[in-house]
Amino acid sequence: MNAVTAADGMRCALRIERVRAFFPLAEVSSSMDMNRRQFFKACAAGLGGSSLALLGFSAQEVLANVRTFKLTRTTETRNTCPYCSVGCGIILSSLGDKSKNAHSEIIHIEGDPDHPVNRGTLCPKGAGLLDFIHSPTRLKYPEYRAAGSNEWKRISWNDAFDRIAKLMKADRDANFQATAGDGKVVNRWTTTGMLAASASSNESGYITHKFARSQGMLVFDNQARV
Amino acid sequence: MSSLQSLDITRRSATTTPSPQVRNTVDVAKLIDVSKCIGCKACQVACSEWNDLRDEIGFNVGVYDNPADLTAKSWTVMRFTEYVEQDGRLEWLIRKDGCMHCADPGCLKACPAPGAIVQYSNGIVDFVEEHCIGCGSCITGCPFNIPRIDKKDNKAYKCTLCSDRVAVGLEPACVKTCPTGAITFGSKEDMHVHAAERIVDLKERGYKTAGLYDPPGVGGTHVMYVLKHADKPEIYHGLPNDPSISPLVSVWKGALKPLALLAMGFTALFGFFHYVKVGPNDADADAADETHPDSSAGPR
Repeated sequence: MNAVTAADGMRCALRIERVRAFFPLAEVSSSMDMNRRQFFKACAAGLGGSSLALLGFSAQEVLANVRTFKLTRTTETRNTCPYCSVGCGIILSSLGDKSKNAHSEIIHIEGDPDHPVNRGTLCPKGAGLLDFIHSPTRLKYPEYRAAGSNEWKRISWNDAFDRIAKLMKADRDANFQATAGDGKVVNRWTTTGMLAASASSNESGYITHKFARSQGMLVFDNQARV
Repeated sequence: MSSLQSLDITRRSATTTPSPQVRNTVDVAKLIDVSKCIGCKACQVACSEWNDLRDEIGFNVGVYDNPADLTAKSWTVMRFTEYVEQDGRLEWLIRKDGCMHCADPGCLKACPAPGAIVQYSNGIVDFVEEHCIGCGSCITGCPFNIPRIDKKDNKAYKCTLCSDRVAVGLEPACVKTCPTGAITFGSKEDMHVHAAERIVDLKERGYKTAGLYDPPGVGGTHVMYVLKHADKPEIYHGLPNDPSISPLVSVWKGALKPLALLAMGFTALFGFFHYVKVGPNDADADAADETHPDSSAGPR
């Protein structure tokens, strides 16, 4: 009985050695339930399968298409880059065809080839405008921080405009100069300035300019950079 | 070729059946004039934007290279080199690194996954990630060390030369955005003409060794450089002087692979006929004969 067990163990060890020789890295324990014959069968099946695949009977898809062009039916909107005073033309591509139930979402921005300023090119900042638009820190509505407070509170556009108009009027009434020191008639309001524009056309820029100067404002910057 | 967006494929990795060759399409090329590049990295941003890639925010490594190397999510990177000329003049060499789209692509030759790397008839070499097995052979095969494997999906990525844009008649995103016109795109023929004009101009400005980088060792490339110092491309952050595919790739994939396939096929065939003619041995009888006729213990 002892001899039988020893021989059996020997054979088992031999088998494991053979398996180890084929799979040097595999952890083969003596409890692995595969004998020599099964091992050869598995090998033959594997070999046959790989041979078939190599002969071209593979299930893999043969066609390789390029990535689908992502702007095929997006809505194109022309705009001006808001970053600097160069004012490059850009095209915003948004999802959907503006039909009633489709919500637009800007998915891509690139330079406008028809724009005389940049003819399609954009600098690294302009080329990254998509993330600027979708930035979680982007300001989307008027906010108000009361004096002494450290908290920004959302207010409506009407409230914002009212507050701005009231403060402007109060400051202008207090500080407007109709005459200079030598008595010359002037139109000076030096205590309030105005920064405006971005994506403005020539015409709206002209009107903005008219408004600011007619108020007597001297501190005034109106171009795309602002 | 069925779909509107597809390009004709001329070569597929690990495939022996020939691809259709009948149609003639224009060879395209991107020309990078290193002398015009200001290193603004608009091309890097446009590449990320178009290809929907956002690489992790890294760390400053002390130079302007950002990111420090190509990654699976950064397919093009500006390489900045400070080069001191013989007369002591400092030159800042800025090279846009990325896939060169070799006419004889080492990555495609080294790739063992059928159809994971393809070459289109216009010259673009593209990775089809769906078929990629992530083995990294393309990196070994590439003479320019371009492909990178993503840690998350274990697939290889590199510049596609915006094959999706080119397929519908647009230029690649980096080309379109380049503010100085350092990157241009068109037919390879036109790019050669444009490069020749640039080289004449550079020579007039005193760069006697200005020239075109279109290395014949890889059959020419579909991304070419105009270099002010074309006699020593290695100063441009190690641009290889005479790139060629490693001889190991041609040994393993050229000579040994068909032999191995033949051996494998014959083994399978032999096994099949052996099974038909001889059949399987009787395990229990064998075991009983060889060792212990009186024992019932056989192989488990």
